[in-house]
Amino acid sequence: MAEISFQLLLLQLMTGLALGAIYALLAVGLSLIFGMLTVVNFAHGAFFMVGAFLGVYFLGLTGSFWFSLVLTPLAVGAIGLLCERFLVRPLYGRGIDYPLLLTFGLSYVMIESMRVLFGLEGVPTSVPAELKGVVDLGIGSFPTYRLFLIVATAVIIGALWLFIEKTRYGLIIRAGSRDPEIVRILGVDIARVWLIVFGIGTAIAGLSGLLAAPTRAVNAEMGIPVLAESFVVTVVGGMGSLPGAVVAGLLVGVVFSMTSLFAPEYAELSIFVLMAVVLLVRPQGLFGKAGLMG
Amino acid sequence: MTKTAQTDFLPRATAFIAKHRVAAVLAFLMIFPLVMPYEALALNILIFGLYAVGFNLLFGYTGLLSFGHAAFFGVGSYLTGIVIIRFGLSWWMAIAVGTACAGLVGLVIGFLAIRTRGIYFSMVTLALGQIVYYAFYKAENWTGGENGLRGITVENFGIFGIQLDILNPLTKYYVLFVFVAAALWLVSRILASPFGAVIESIRENEGRCAACGYDVARAKLLIFVLSSLICGLAGALRALHLSIVPIDSLHYLLSGQAVMMCLLGGMGTFFGPFVGAGVFLYLEDVATVFTTHWMAVVGVIFMLFVLYFPRGIWGTLIHRWQARRVHAGEAR
Amino acid sequence: MSDSTTSPLRRRLLAGGAAGAAIAGAPFVSRLAYAQSLPIKIGFPTPLTGAFSAEAQDQVRAAELAVKEFNAAGGFNGRKVELLVRDDKLNPGEAATRTLELIEKDKVDLIVGSLSAATQLSINAICKSRKTLFNSISQSDAINEAKDWSFYTFHEALTPHATAGAVARYAFPKFGKKVVYLTADYAYGHEMVRGFQRAGQAFGMQTLADIRHPLGAADYSAFLPRIQALKPDILVLCNFGRDLLNSAKQITDFGLKKQMKVIAPVLLYTARQAGGAEAFDGILGGTGYYWGMEDTIPSAKKFNDKFRKAYGGAVPSDYGALGYAGIRSVLQAIQEARSTTATAVANVMRKMRYDFYKGTQFYRLCDHQSVQSIIIVESKSTGMKDKYDVFKILSIEAPSESNLRTCDELGHKVI
Repeated sequence: MAEISFQLLLLQLMTGLALGAIYALLAVGLSLIFGMLTVVNFAHGAFFMVGAFLGVYFLGLTGSFWFSLVLTPLAVGAIGLLCERFLVRPLYGRGIDYPLLLTFGLSYVMIESMRVLFGLEGVPTSVPAELKGVVDLGIGSFPTYRLFLIVATAVIIGALWLFIEKTRYGLIIRAGSRDPEIVRILGVDIARVWLIVFGIGTAIAGLSGLLAAPTRAVNAEMGIPVLAESFVVTVVGGMGSLPGAVVAGLLVGVVFSMTSLFAPEYAELSIFVLMAVVLLVRPQGLFGKAGLMG
Repeated sequence: MTKTAQTDFLPRATAFIAKHRVAAVLAFLMIFPLVMPYEALALNILIFGLYAVGFNLLFGYTGLLSFGHAAFFGVGSYLTGIVIIRFGLSWWMAIAVGTACAGLVGLVIGFLAIRTRGIYFSMVTLALGQIVYYAFYKAENWTGGENGLRGITVENFGIFGIQLDILNPLTKYYVLFVFVAAALWLVSRILASPFGAVIESIRENEGRCAACGYDVARAKLLIFVLSSLICGLAGALRALHLSIVPIDSLHYLLSGQAVMMCLLGGMGTFFGPFVGAGVFLYLEDVATVFTTHWMAVVGVIFMLFVLYFPRGIWGTLIHRWQARRVHAGEAR
Repeated sequence: MSDSTTSPLRRRLLAGGAAGAAIAGAPFVSRLAYAQSLPIKIGFPTPLTGAFSAEAQDQVRAAELAVKEFNAAGGFNGRKVELLVRDDKLNPGEAATRTLELIEKDKVDLIVGSLSAATQLSINAICKSRKTLFNSISQSDAINEAKDWSFYTFHEALTPHATAGAVARYAFPKFGKKVVYLTADYAYGHEMVRGFQRAGQAFGMQTLADIRHPLGAADYSAFLPRIQALKPDILVLCNFGRDLLNSAKQITDFGLKKQMKVIAPVLLYTARQAGGAEAFDGILGGTGYYWGMEDTIPSAKKFNDKFRKAYGGAVPSDYGALGYAGIRSVLQAIQEARSTTATAVANVMRKMRYDFYKGTQFYRLCDHQSVQSIIIVESKSTGMKDKYDVFKILSIEAPSESNLRTCDELGHKVI
């Protein structure tokens, strides 16, 4: 391919990072829930999808993208809390398969509910007026909204990091993911911690749905492929590892983007190949703890 | 009976079921197409039941959760179809080729995957399964790509000189049933053998099993290949049943379906996967006719089962029944 | 099985018991009389759920309209038509199973339907081996090829080859010589590119790249920097439905529309409704039907009015209209043939000239492809009269066999 220049490669890298930002956000939520609750959340894609729908709904209601940015994670997180309390909690102690299956059934219900509420075709979306257009990066023009995506992800992940590393609650969460028994003995209501972690994880999924909404078609099925992709990212990074989720998210985004340039029809396959190679060389993922889960 | 100690009763009762379970299952499947709304659904259940049984060998009995089993099902389907279309093989030879190829793919994937554990095992099988999916997707000249493989017509559907009509749904059912019966018998024999005990001990405690001197890796690989052979056979039968092979046969969603069927019916039980496949497909079929919101119906029922009947339908029945037998034994 | 109106379970019980023997032994004459009062059953497999459910449900609405019309006019010899709609979930395996159900259990007289290349080919495979007439109402090139086709196969929808060709003939002379294709990597996408390239030869078009993206991709940003660098005059989006919507949206965000003309072989009415004006702004494409044709085509006006009246003022979509035409054409053939047997109906359809909704059409003899007009439209983003007013009709290409692939090319011996 003679037409490939250094500038194009850089631009491609930027595109990959913007893509990776959404992957990273999804994987952080998934990994947080898994690391803490050892629940493999098969409804994560559905929470993403609900986030996109509610985001568009709140946008229509309030007329402001920024209000929607606050309301959507709260609403999706609230749904997450209810699901944990009444559906997932009864299954603790029953092994990893049952929550997995329950959330799978839950995803069906969520998909169908959105079809009933918002219609089969989905809802139209567009980039918020403040973030429309392209900026010249010196290497070529790049959509402003996608730059915003990269920045927003950095902010969200930074805030989460501060919360987990620097607050008392974060300390309990970290301890809880290492040894829930000890935490319980120390007098902490671990069930409440789990509840909140599930809420945060799903809220982040909803937020990533909202962030992705302006760039793609919003419909009830949009979460299905996203689920598989975010699992790939989580596993490449190491299940339960937050830095792993971020690094792997960006890595997967860049790998996808570069494959799209050189061998476009293999773009989708590339991330599965990446996962197979990583796991066969390093079975616990890039940042995973060896021996976790088995 | 009176001479038997009470403690012997349970093993004897289970031994009785173990001895006759294949016969019981087969008898049921013989009359099955007559009670179903239509034969094509009965055939789907027969085929997916076998697929779930094959999957259960690995998941229910050995404790390995694979997300790549669609690869074996699909390879079985595609190869059966391809050798009929391209090389004009007879239908039963084609089934043999399809099944064998699925086993071969199982050997390769199994060899790579058993090095990982837990959720990582699931993900490696998922990734390798997807690679198989893309290989078939891209090999458009052979597989028809996204359009699927068409034109699997069996002109000469007979064996030992008896001519049969594959277009007659009941005939088709009973012919394919013979293969399912043979496979079920084989699975039953494997489970009852010492090897069957080894794989169950892997599920219960892998470390202890290895400490007892068993070659765990070899046993895992062997059961992986056996499981892929059974799933491949199911796929091969589906190619004959539908006369087409859709690309979805290799998709990971189909791997997910095997997990669901097993859990719905009862993992680690002999007949559970069949019950699961039956209930799953029947439910979907019926719900689809009544409402376009069938996904919600299926989703809710699924959640109810996970919450209230975690042993699955068949597992719960067996458990209740055994509990009663034990209770009766104690009373005496 | 004479009493196919009773419930399946009941039928089975009857067949197994003494009652079954009684029915079998009933006088032949009374059974014949009974058969004449039976409804004509038309199977209609279509993806009521899944990515194209909106289009499929519109197909069903339009098909039901055609059935109601026929029954209100007295049916065929007093026999009413019954439409048996089945959800194929956009899954070819499910489509095959449902078709088997329709033929083996419901004993339908013929089948109309489908909404993807893969499902129509699987329905066709089942119908072909059982010699059941099938009128396909969705696009594919493969179904016309001798390998898949049978005497009982009819193709009411356009072919990708013809649609792409029509768009190419309209757009290529106007917007420049250098073309980049962004193509969904499956048969349908490849067929579109082939159609464009074939028609493009006459204009000396130059293909800079044919970039193939995975089917069903949600994000196209990774393909766009290269397209930007290639600087084509025309970008052709050879994908369908939601893929088209997503790629169009992201192309808009990347500002590509300012640098090149964007065209698509098929602009779906429903996708435009779901995607909004902005994403499709200025995109030009082809379609088999747009309700706005009513200004010049009287049959379109008649069809629209009936549809509006039946469904609260809504207008039919492109694929919906195909549901109507697909049903009407087999029903007219049944009337003319005075028979419901597949061979008799097929023989009439082969000779039929009809105008149900978009001007005169007929089935080509060698492959039963409906030869029909193709409409070139552009998406509107200003001056819309109401929510239905989304396209501007630029041109209507008259029906012509010469725009299809030749019978020879498809592998048919000329009949």
